[in-house]
Amino acid sequence: MNAFAIASFAAALKDRSLPPPAGLAGEVTRRFAVYRNNVAVGLIRALEARFPAVLDLVGGEFFRAMARDFALANPPTSPVLIEFGDRFPDFIAGFPPVAGLPYLADVARIEAARTRAYHAADIPRLEADAFESVSAEQLSSLRLTIHPAVTIVRSPYPALTIFAMSSGVVQPAPIENWQSEDTLIDRPCYDATVRPLALGSARFLQSLQNGAPLQRAADLAIKCNPEFDLPANLAELIGSRIVTHINIAPEGL
Amino acid sequence: MEKLPNSVGVGFKPEHFEAIMSDALQLAFLEIHAENYMGAGGRPHAQLARIRERFALSIHGVGLSIGGEQPVDKAHLARLSALIERYKPQSFSEHLAWSSHDSEFFNDLLPLPYTVTTLARVVDHVAEVQDTLGRRMLLENPSTYVRFSESTIGEVDFLGAIVARTGCGLLLDVNNVFVSAQNHGTNAWSYLADFPFEAVGEIHLGGHDADRDETGAPLLIDAHGSPVADPVWSLFAEVVARHGPRPSLVEWDNDVPEWPVLRDEVERALSIVGDCPILKAA
Repeated sequence: MNAFAIASFAAALKDRSLPPPAGLAGEVTRRFAVYRNNVAVGLIRALEARFPAVLDLVGGEFFRAMARDFALANPPTSPVLIEFGDRFPDFIAGFPPVAGLPYLADVARIEAARTRAYHAADIPRLEADAFESVSAEQLSSLRLTIHPAVTIVRSPYPALTIFAMSSGVVQPAPIENWQSEDTLIDRPCYDATVRPLALGSARFLQSLQNGAPLQRAADLAIKCNPEFDLPANLAELIGSRIVTHINIAPEGL
Repeated sequence: MEKLPNSVGVGFKPEHFEAIMSDALQLAFLEIHAENYMGAGGRPHAQLARIRERFALSIHGVGLSIGGEQPVDKAHLARLSALIERYKPQSFSEHLAWSSHDSEFFNDLLPLPYTVTTLARVVDHVAEVQDTLGRRMLLENPSTYVRFSESTIGEVDFLGAIVARTGCGLLLDVNNVFVSAQNHGTNAWSYLADFPFEAVGEIHLGGHDADRDETGAPLLIDAHGSPVADPVWSLFAEVVARHGPRPSLVEWDNDVPEWPVLRDEVERALSIVGDCPILKAA
């Protein structure tokens, strides 16, 4: 096939208003439709599998239409489809028909992070005793490497509660405390986990992920929550085994 | 290099892991889709490592776009190379099809015309893959729904020429033979009679869906979501009777059933292989 023909085949796969490409033998409308359908349905199914809570919230018919729009605007660029849908939450955030569900994109962010956690690298996690060698003087300038399975999702909505209700983890019920929720997604063993973070803790962990030294991360967290408790958060950080490396700053000259 | 055993294997699905590991059934090998194991870690690799301790392995790629117009995706080939290095499979196979164009991946096995030009391109791509991986690969005959007016070479001759020029082997998908023959009004038996069987390193068996096109002609779809159809079993039995058994795989990729359903398909294939007169004579 010359470059033009393969390009027209590819274009007609995506645009249903185009006729089947030239150069095919016989009556091919239904036959070409098999390829069109395979491409579209394969991608839609991949999104259905990755975003079951979003699917539950908007319903199957709506989800498939939204997924089709997303796939047309953001087709996969790699054959590794486990990455497909990383941009779906941002697409949802800007998708006018769901403007009335402002929490939907954050629910999708939790789901996208769960897949990333599922496939994240198997890097050993530090146990509590690894922190025993850190001196009090070194503590404030300490930089910690957080495990690649960990994602923090911060939402101005009760995104984690909605996720839990929409994925069958908890019984759906009216949400009495309609407030912001921050979520930590991880994979302690083989299955992804989600848990809520206290006010300020998300900012603290995100800052550490971004490479901030401990004291700076704590200062930023205090701006979010004046009552941010550094010792308690540090104990929680160590106890949850999300650190893979301790990087102690070299002594100054 | 070690080869896949000349018996029956199955396409591995993660939900069957426990059932397969605790089953006494003699599975000759398991096959995985390469792209599903290109994540960094987690359960997929943990399962595959356990599988590899016990079973021979076939790695089957679905995203290399060997029939494509563009050069082989170097980054994807590097991922594939790393996967093969890590799990040391007895076989690596891919498709006579394309799936990528420009920067876009179409997630389907798309057809190409068979001409002198496309032959040269596919030969280059297969040679590059084999050189990079440092091993012989198998190339699978496709199931197709359309044909190209510009094609000047028959599919069997096209595959034979690729084998002759690259030294690659072939993966004979008997369901694809049946699906394409029905879709294009050709004869599956004569396709098989002409097929360069000495190059076949593996056979695939899978299910298809049946529909019709706007003229009422059969339009079979290679859906891999149902049991293997009876005429496909007949073709398989004929191939085994004539040439002796080859490593043969039952694949079921969509609407994946409980393990016992797939196990029944494996046993049916095993009974055909067990009845092979060449085996009995030996």
